[in-house]
Amino acid sequence: MELVCLPRLPRVAVCGGTHGNELSGVYLVRELLRVQRETSEKEKEEEDKKSMSVLTVLANPKAMQRCSRYIDTDLNRCFTHAILNSPLSDKPPYEMVRSRDLNALLGPKGSCEAVDLVCDLHNTTANMGLCFISYSDCDWICLHIFRHLQRQMPEISMRYIHFDVSNRESYSLDSIGKHGFAIEIGPQPHGVVRSNIYTTMKSGVQHMLDWVHFFNSGTTFEGGLVEVFTMVKNIDYPRDCVTCSITAAIHPKLQDRDFCLLHPGDPMFQTFSGETLRYKGKEALYPFFINECAYYEKGIALSLARKKHVMIPTVRVQTEQEEQANKLGFASEEEE
Amino acid sequence: MSSYNNSARFNEARKVAIFGGTHGNEMSGVTLVNLWVKNSAEIQRKRVETKPFITNPRAVEKCSRYVDTDLNRAFSPENLSAPEGDNLPYEVQRAQEINRMFGPKGSPEAYDVIFDLHNTTSNMGCTLILESSKDHFNLQMMNYIKKAIAPASCLVLLNEHPLLKYSTSRSVAKHPVGLEVGPQPQGVLRSNIFEAMRIILKHALDFIELFNEGMEFPPCTVEVFRVSERVDYPRDANGNIIAMVHPNLQDCDWEPLNPGDPMFQTFDGKTIHYQGPGTVYPTFINEAAYYEKQQAFVTTRRETLLASAIRKHEN
Repeated sequence: MELVCLPRLPRVAVCGGTHGNELSGVYLVRELLRVQRETSEKEKEEEDKKSMSVLTVLANPKAMQRCSRYIDTDLNRCFTHAILNSPLSDKPPYEMVRSRDLNALLGPKGSCEAVDLVCDLHNTTANMGLCFISYSDCDWICLHIFRHLQRQMPEISMRYIHFDVSNRESYSLDSIGKHGFAIEIGPQPHGVVRSNIYTTMKSGVQHMLDWVHFFNSGTTFEGGLVEVFTMVKNIDYPRDCVTCSITAAIHPKLQDRDFCLLHPGDPMFQTFSGETLRYKGKEALYPFFINECAYYEKGIALSLARKKHVMIPTVRVQTEQEEQANKLGFASEEEE
Repeated sequence: MSSYNNSARFNEARKVAIFGGTHGNEMSGVTLVNLWVKNSAEIQRKRVETKPFITNPRAVEKCSRYVDTDLNRAFSPENLSAPEGDNLPYEVQRAQEINRMFGPKGSPEAYDVIFDLHNTTSNMGCTLILESSKDHFNLQMMNYIKKAIAPASCLVLLNEHPLLKYSTSRSVAKHPVGLEVGPQPQGVLRSNIFEAMRIILKHALDFIELFNEGMEFPPCTVEVFRVSERVDYPRDANGNIIAMVHPNLQDCDWEPLNPGDPMFQTFDGKTIHYQGPGTVYPTFINEAAYYEKQQAFVTTRRETLLASAIRKHEN
């Protein structure tokens, strides 16, 4: 199998509280910060010998304090190239300011100073298990980390979701790293922390950091096939054409059945008068984000994805010589 | 003609209200009441006038629990008698309006029955909340509902704790009935929870119709869970929680919790055990809205109440 050598990942960021009411990430990052604080100087020296530094970030402290998703606007939609680089108004929304601060801390997006990997922690009210959400289906680092977690946590149902959006248009916090993904775990109501979800997230993050350490230390990771769900489209609730309020709920036969193939003609909604509305698409697709709380206002009742398999190559870290050679190559390319 | 010597007599319950949106992000009640405001055929009964009413429209608009303060704690005598004015918190102003429309609380003009529709993130199933163990009308209604929905279950939570009882929106009525259905995340509408709530209301209104028609309800017993104690999360000096509900306790509302059973799990993985003197029945376990109220769950004790026979006054 093909071997791909990739640059080291010396700087990793773990972020929580990007949405202030998704509490697993909030409490996990707080816990990581507490452990960092309580780690003695000597242990810190030991840590330094490790192959990387880990930056822990609480992304939206004001929203966390209020236990709401955001203050003025959804922070996790504020990281497009356009938003980060357009001039700020006189009274900018809090999250617009915050996204710039975070871009300065972890980015700048698209630059070689950006941290190597951003992992942003989220929860959903949908029954999605643990999902990676990434903008790429060919980022071998993200896909290898995903496969590592799948192997280390076989009892957890896990999927890799791919949003097919270019780097300039990508809008979420994890897009400012050289590599990045969100870990989305559910079901968990917003404003609640459930021990099972927290524990899953904690082990996921630990295995992610382990993988980066192994990778940086020279371990070779065998390639293979990875199942990837590529987002196709969103479906909104049926709504009253005057008031825009919803006129149906997710059908009981669809509720909680994220990633169970939805066929044309399958029940999708149940109106408040008891009528069943069916999926009218022509292609069977995989539903996810079914009945996510925060998406009512975005006009999304569920999303649909197509499943495919991606062959990922064997990877290992570049040796110092390779890295040097690459940098030179990169520089000369830029000059051209 | 009463077949029971000591049947309690009540006036016909002609004025009934159904409150939704007392908490603006508890979607089953908001959706049902909005539906019934448009078309109330489903909730009309003979000899009863049923008014569906959104109690906290601004919170519903924002899809948040409240705007300034919890409306369902705002019906205290102090609030209701506070001098009116725009400087009062929105929910206090609203409580005064609701008290004028459906009360005044404690007066003969007050509504007979108010159902207040709530959701919880706790795994409580269908729960009727009773504010007085001496309200035989409500006890009979709850007994009727329990029988009507069997084999599905509906439990009764009794809160007449001197410190933990609070001044609810429904307390304006002569017979206040809280209806709490879960688990459902705030801001989310689940069809199963929505339908469960709808069915309870149907039976409750049927009961009122039968009562008003003159049916006599024989004495019965009702099993209730009496609120006994509030248990908070372990917290650090800054008031931040340092532990979660233990996985063994999570979702086990109404199941016995014995001394020594796991209760919390700290964020670094340690288990904290229940240290109380005897078996209790916890409920409202891990309700989202109660983090700020310093409550991880409440403990209850099971008891059986006797409801006397009831029938309406012959006018």
